[in-house]
Amino acid sequence: MDEVVPFLPDVAHQRAVFADGLLLDSGAMLAPLVVAYETYGTLDANRGNAVLVCHALTGDQYLAGRHPVTGRPGWWENIVGPGLPIDTDRFFVICANVLGGCMGSSGPREEMTDNEGNGIGRPWGTDFPSVTIRDMVRAQKRLVERLGITRLLAVVGGSMGGMQALQWAATFPESVFACAPIATAAHHSAQNIAFHEVGRAAIHADPDWCGGAYWREGRLPAQGLSVARMVAHITYLSESALTRKFGRRLQGAKAVTFLEDVFAVESYLRHQGSTFIRRFDANSYLTITRAMDYFDLAEDCGGDLSLAFRNTPTRFFVASFSSDWLFPTAESRAITRALNRAAARTSFIEIASDKGHDAFLLDEPEFHAALAGFLRGAADAAGA
Amino acid sequence: MGIRPKSEPIRPKAEPIRYVAKNMRLDLRLIAEMIPAGAKVLDIGCGDGALIEHLTREKHADARGIEIDMDEATRAVAAGLAVIHGDADADLAHYPDGAFDYVVLSRTLQAVERPREVLRQMLRIGSHAIVSFPNFGHWQMRWRLLSTGRMPDTDTWNRPWYETPNIHPCTILDFVALCETDGYAVDGWLAVDERGLRAPWRRGLRLANLFGEQALFLLSRKT
Repeated sequence: MDEVVPFLPDVAHQRAVFADGLLLDSGAMLAPLVVAYETYGTLDANRGNAVLVCHALTGDQYLAGRHPVTGRPGWWENIVGPGLPIDTDRFFVICANVLGGCMGSSGPREEMTDNEGNGIGRPWGTDFPSVTIRDMVRAQKRLVERLGITRLLAVVGGSMGGMQALQWAATFPESVFACAPIATAAHHSAQNIAFHEVGRAAIHADPDWCGGAYWREGRLPAQGLSVARMVAHITYLSESALTRKFGRRLQGAKAVTFLEDVFAVESYLRHQGSTFIRRFDANSYLTITRAMDYFDLAEDCGGDLSLAFRNTPTRFFVASFSSDWLFPTAESRAITRALNRAAARTSFIEIASDKGHDAFLLDEPEFHAALAGFLRGAADAAGA
Repeated sequence: MGIRPKSEPIRPKAEPIRYVAKNMRLDLRLIAEMIPAGAKVLDIGCGDGALIEHLTREKHADARGIEIDMDEATRAVAAGLAVIHGDADADLAHYPDGAFDYVVLSRTLQAVERPREVLRQMLRIGSHAIVSFPNFGHWQMRWRLLSTGRMPDTDTWNRPWYETPNIHPCTILDFVALCETDGYAVDGWLAVDERGLRAPWRRGLRLANLFGEQALFLLSRKT
């Protein structure tokens, strides 16, 4: 990319600031802690109808409605809303930008602070401390407490959001009545770490990354971040979905000429890459992919995942998609079996879909019906 | 619920197939009568969760299920029930000892890969097991085989030998013998006809083995 691509203009996100900060798993103290968030629906008088949605790697707090930065619909607009599976007529829905993100929460794009918590007039960049999925969850816990909620009716998330949902249930079992980890895993696999590393390597190799200080130079590592997004996007789809959508079609031509041919799938990926760089910060991408790679819930309990959920009062809904090879059904089945070993009340289904990992974001009526039924059942049981 | 259509989709070879002719309502009612209020129950092969729903609503039981058919499992989950997609052969091993008061296997024993191991697992994870199965010793079976020399084709055993999912049929006496061998106490039993109605051969296993179309057993571990 030759021309400098401007980052989309920032907007005033709704934020909760915690001056006392958060002690991270790495041992670093992050102060103040800032959590940007959105809410939908109304909190009832008993504060018992709150559903926390955790977003995936490149998602954000804007679940539904028009995204204030990109102008596009929210990423789970088909799930969250009046009469939808996460019914905002019944539930008070919270979604927070993850720690390390770039939509207003503490992260590499935000102003760096000194030991006294005072801003020093430059972004954190690569000086932002390493964070873990558990750090993200602890930050969300602070927000939930600030909103006056002791127990969440449900924590719901797909992909990295599912990792957070599992971590919530493991870390704060008494605060999670129901937990829905979707298209996720209890640890990041070697293959997934490998794909992340390709993305990070592409960012590192971009001269515009400037060792992480692109903000100082007024540049954007557009090329590197775009390649990272392109690689990642392939992992979100399935072979059959790519074939169905693009096949071997050429962009703007009928036959291969061996000159400047572009397959439709290439054009699609380039578009995905070029729109991504305007809304996502490269250093955030590095920070969050690392957090996912570190995630291994069983490791925290001597390798036995069921111990993470021992005597859990939480009920679970585990779902996977048949063509998802990034977080395959075997991972969800492993979670389910660990929950069975812990004698947890668990539902598990694999949805037949050819849409790959992205299916959890798309129109999948059976998944939507099952999630809606699970939440309805949980709300009835909890009296919410 | 009702009886599943005969033309169900063809499954991949490796996947175990469960017994198909379920005429469940009366059968389930008999099972439900055996389960006390407030019990922890696992229903293996729970279909769309009718028994679980009934036990939860009527008896305030903590009832959960395993179902091999994805469409039925999805329907059960969408109804808010704690049902996992899985099968008796592979998934029982992942439950802890004594996790349930009652483990139910309704008209499925003859369709699992390893019935003896499934029974062992049921009585490991539950204090009691409730097992129902179609009786291969019924007089019609004996008569068809004797008179025609062909595999019986009855209301209960209605699939040809080359495509039946019922790979491990047994008679009532066979089942009692296995319970004896493996040390399970028979705390109760019923022989019923295909519609699930109680049959009048209450006292004799040998008569039940001749006239009972379905058998229903309540087992526990011998102490």
